Amino acid sequence: MTTVQATAATRDALGPTLVRLQQSGAVDLVVVDADLGKSTTSRKFKDAYPERFFTVGVAEQNMVSVAGGLATLGYTVFASTFAVFIEHAFDQLRMSVAQPRLNVKIVASHGGVSTGEDGASAQSIEDIALFSSLATFKVGVPADVVEAEAMIEAAAKDPGPWYIRTGRPKLPVLYTDGSRYEIGKAGRLREGNDVTLVAYGLMVERALRAADVLAAEGIQARVLNIATIRPLDTAALEAAARETGAIVVAEEHLSHTGLGAMAAQALATRHPVPMEFVAIPDRYGESGTWDQVLEIMGLTPQGVVEAARRVVARKRA
Amino acid sequence: MVTTEQTDLQSVTRRIRRHIVNQVYAAKSGHIGGSMSSTEILSVLYGRILRHDPKRPDWAERDRFIMSKGHCTPLQYAILAEFGYIPVDELSTFRQKGSRLQGHSVLGKPAGVENSAGSLGMGLSFGLGIRLGLRLRGQDPHVYVLMGDGEQQEGQVWEAAMAAAHHGVDRLVALIDRNGIQNDDFTKNTMESTPLDEKYRAFGWEVRTDVDGHDLAAVEAALTWARDVRGKPACVIFDTVKGKGVSFMENNPNFHGAPPTDDEYARAMQELPA
Repeated sequence: MTTVQATAATRDALGPTLVRLQQSGAVDLVVVDADLGKSTTSRKFKDAYPERFFTVGVAEQNMVSVAGGLATLGYTVFASTFAVFIEHAFDQLRMSVAQPRLNVKIVASHGGVSTGEDGASAQSIEDIALFSSLATFKVGVPADVVEAEAMIEAAAKDPGPWYIRTGRPKLPVLYTDGSRYEIGKAGRLREGNDVTLVAYGLMVERALRAADVLAAEGIQARVLNIATIRPLDTAALEAAARETGAIVVAEEHLSHTGLGAMAAQALATRHPVPMEFVAIPDRYGESGTWDQVLEIMGLTPQGVVEAARRVVARKRA
Repeated sequence: MVTTEQTDLQSVTRRIRRHIVNQVYAAKSGHIGGSMSSTEILSVLYGRILRHDPKRPDWAERDRFIMSKGHCTPLQYAILAEFGYIPVDELSTFRQKGSRLQGHSVLGKPAGVENSAGSLGMGLSFGLGIRLGLRLRGQDPHVYVLMGDGEQQEGQVWEAAMAAAHHGVDRLVALIDRNGIQNDDFTKNTMESTPLDEKYRAFGWEVRTDVDGHDLAAVEAALTWARDVRGKPACVIFDTVKGKGVSFMENNPNFHGAPPTDDEYARAMQELPA
């Protein structure tokens, strides 16, 4: 008997979750959009609450500062576009949202290189670094559509600035029994004491597949889903370092400015152990199907397996 | 409200100019020129037009003032002192360690500062967001945004101008202090932005231009006109003199962001009547 695994894109969570939250009465939502509401799915909110949806046209800088102004009135403001295009408005994020610590949630879709065919200009490989450099922002990347919904709801109910990266590819649903997402808490998806595989976004499922391969080789890998990158769950990382003695960080982002760098910094003062990094080197992407581009970048289960073998060898050396 | 029709705005503007020079001299840094050029605009706004209450700075029905040219804090804090938001004595802490009076505008520091600024070009967008949110609630407070003429070179200003007209936003008023000088040089030498009135009209705004920004009656007439525009956003372009009130600072690009020397300070205070 064959089981068909459910798949969905994390971006699909945005519109329906916003509608549900506004219907619940728990939050007073408004949404600002810069002409990509169909793609980010925020336009579904417009269908339900047209008066609460403001488009500014293709003008990301204006979108962000308008969102800041709206937030001063007590609204919970969601603004969305593609991850690469929100980068257009970095200083507005800093001045109109981050410094005054306003209640604005940026949910940017088409994150990472898994936008595929559109090529380098559409592939955000630096968004996590940019948002992590805004001191008051929380930053999260869901691993599947279930977690995306939970994260968007958690962000809506958590005062202050947020960045959530969603993606375009249809991914397997990992949290088939529902998400246990908690802000700032890593999800432990697999137990093991030989090495820890740390990932977020679509690399979580790839890390789980890598763990299966490693198990067949006698290496028991723990898998941590770091869905919240800021604030970072340093306790879970420290426990992983102490208990497994070796860590691989896998992410769809530039290597030197991503979670790997942040995790290494956190562990340097707590419990340094051998680490390896599966991430994007100093280069830009290119066109191809999304899984082909991931393969070009080495962001595959096999890439994680090889990094795990290296780090386990270093630990045992 | 702390002000009435009887408030003597002439004496308010005289005191404010002295506050501006005193703050920048004491801090040994800060922006005198653009503060002096906007002095009458903000004095009339706070004294005659703005619906506000210094005792309730978070009053939901207040009109909002957004300082987009966020370097002109010597003026903004002098206004807040003269209109009862902070003690006049506190002005001596401007730009000093531990002070609420930060170098550039910071939202909520002190209460009455409605936005964070310092990077130019964002205030009109921020004010537009506030006005859209007020309209959604069926509330009618106005939002007034003060910008410089050099600031009109920022592309985001025009994103906001386009969006405000597109959304049919009214009770949003752009105030442009056209003093003709920016950081490095005269605006006409740096990046000519005229004609501003035609640009704003083309973007769908009601515009009044060539208003003498140092004539209290003219400023009040223009602000009253702008307050009453309905169906569109309104823009008033004031002709002003950078450094107004101190002869050697007037229209002098060297007094954008530099503090006065001891000698210049003494001469400036002699020229500014108490």
